[in-house]
Amino acid sequence: MNVNVSTGKPRLTTSAMIASIAEAGQRTKAAPFGHALCKVAEERADIVGMTADLSKYTDLHIFAQAHPERFFQMGMAEQLLMGAAGGMAKEGFVPFATTYAVFASRRAYDFIHQVIAEEHLDVKIACALPGLTTGYGPSHQATEDIAIMRGIPGMTIVDPCDAHEIEQIVPAIAAHKGPVYMRLLRGQVPLVLDEYDYVFELGKAKLIRDGRDVLIVSSGLMTMRALEVAKAMAGGDADVAVLHVPTIKPLDERTIVREASRGGRLVVVAENHTVVGGLGEAVAGALLRAGQAPKFRQVALPDAFLAAGALPTLHDRYGISTTAMVASLKAWLA
Amino acid sequence: MDRRPLPIGRGDNLLRDLSVHADNIRRYALRMGEVQGQGYIGQALGIADVLAVAYCHALKLRPSEPEWEGRDRFLLSHGHYGIAFYAALIEAGIIPEKELETYGCDGSRLPMSGMASYTPGMEISGGSLGQGLVIAVGMALGLRQKNNPAFVYNSMSDGELDEGSTWEAAMSAAHHGLSNLIALVDVNRQQADGTSVNILGFEPLHEKFAAFGWFVQRVDGNDLSAVLAAFDAAREHAEPRPRVIIFDTKMGKGVPFLEEREKNHFIRVDADEWQKAIAVLDAKGAVQ
Ligand SMILES: Cc1ncc(C[n+]2csc(CCOP(=O)(O)OP(=O)(O)O)c2C)c(N)n1
Ligand SMILES: [Mg+2]
Repeated sequence: MNVNVSTGKPRLTTSAMIASIAEAGQRTKAAPFGHALCKVAEERADIVGMTADLSKYTDLHIFAQAHPERFFQMGMAEQLLMGAAGGMAKEGFVPFATTYAVFASRRAYDFIHQVIAEEHLDVKIACALPGLTTGYGPSHQATEDIAIMRGIPGMTIVDPCDAHEIEQIVPAIAAHKGPVYMRLLRGQVPLVLDEYDYVFELGKAKLIRDGRDVLIVSSGLMTMRALEVAKAMAGGDADVAVLHVPTIKPLDERTIVREASRGGRLVVVAENHTVVGGLGEAVAGALLRAGQAPKFRQVALPDAFLAAGALPTLHDRYGISTTAMVASLKAWLA
Repeated sequence: MDRRPLPIGRGDNLLRDLSVHADNIRRYALRMGEVQGQGYIGQALGIADVLAVAYCHALKLRPSEPEWEGRDRFLLSHGHYGIAFYAALIEAGIIPEKELETYGCDGSRLPMSGMASYTPGMEISGGSLGQGLVIAVGMALGLRQKNNPAFVYNSMSDGELDEGSTWEAAMSAAHHGLSNLIALVDVNRQQADGTSVNILGFEPLHEKFAAFGWFVQRVDGNDLSAVLAAFDAAREHAEPRPRVIIFDTKMGKGVPFLEEREKNHFIRVDADEWQKAIAVLDAKGAVQ
């Protein structure tokens, strides 16, 4: 931790692009995406890696080092990256195209929509800095990437929780036919789900722990937070269940409806994403269509341009830190 | 105590003054880097000479009135160069020196990536790279429409040459004969994944911009007299074309141990090296 020279106090700093979301002392694994992709590529000659000047920041450099002849540096040109990935797919290759989530979802959207998705091409878009995982301000905070991608017919969307899950997701999406948008955690990535004997299945929601009072439905790093919340509240505050939904589209509505209609629990959807158009609204729609209306709350980012600053400060301010979630849950249960 | 900006003008001592301004900008940037323990300091040291000429010579500004209608507009398209830009704003007297202590901290007006809503004198929120030149075309059209004689300067990185939008804007600026638009390109040969030419070759750059219809100059961006002459020529050029100055710069310029360090998007700086770098600049100042 950096220290203020004049006061001697530790200072919260804006997390750099190279920073990890892991907390001090947390178990981690380095570059799980890059290593998993190398493994798949050893068995499949059609896998290629492409990036827009961000291989080092998406862990694709691991693949580039292992398979330089199958790595294509496209320059900082995201529209080109996605359009060319579509072109490679038309010639029979399966590109894993990486950049930051903001630049794939915003800058290259039409190219993803028209070149890749409209022809249901086999392109896997893997994006670092999903949701609020950098303090650089709106230019780098992909708070609405899932809403954008959900609007594309036939787009599969996955939001892994940790390194254990990323290792399983990469071969699964490589085997899946069609376009995939994957939210990427890179660098030193937390290891959480191995403790729960968790197995990823594309399109399946999984109950990670059961509980009588609250059901948290979550994806991505918010599942890690949900599990911390469950532990923190286990002392007598509430018995919290956690349903992990790593595949956001297509949504496992059956499992979600089944769990949400069981036992009269408060249903809380927790996502690292704006309240608009993400997992929360997808779950709400599924429940209403199934005739279920449990008490329902959302832990999500506000519909606003978020501030720049240190990530822990921002996660607290916008309600997605463990402490903030515990406070929200207590208020909703009171 | 705020360091007062030196007198700005065209005297005999102009080059010497500009070199003092440039090193002040370097010192401020280093002090901000020390606050966060990281930052784009290689870039800041490299572009300090260009910013000194811009902010202490070329731009029409009112430091106490950053939104003055008659000002020349300076767009920081490469928002990650905020650290360099804030240093220039301090040197120009637009933001107080003591504020650099807050660089990148919660609640600061000086976020790590430049944003218009945070900082006086910051015209746009850059950072999503490749947007500045596009915005500059619109502002230049708007100024011309209003009969406002101000210039629009768009400062950008060589990585931004990769983006298609840059070349859409380049073609448009020439099409509209935007002689009030001056693009400043920092060719530091560095991008996120490595050396620019290995990421996406953009040379021959002079010929490319010329073919797009621009008045082009290419100079050593760390040679103050060349930088100064290029700014003057860009403003005074008579043809109705947009102008671009391509600056070849050296990351880490002015601090030999950083000039020689292995080049990266983030140059490594150890905790004790910020002050050492400032001491190098101080020693150079004492000799002058
Ligand atoms: C549209 C867009 N794509 C990608 C990025 C991520 N990014 C930030 S800096 C950078 C390198 C671009 O090259 P340059 O600005 O020349 O880098 P530098 O000289 O500062 O090393 C990249 C790819 C971005 N900010 N914006
Ligand atoms: Mg560069």
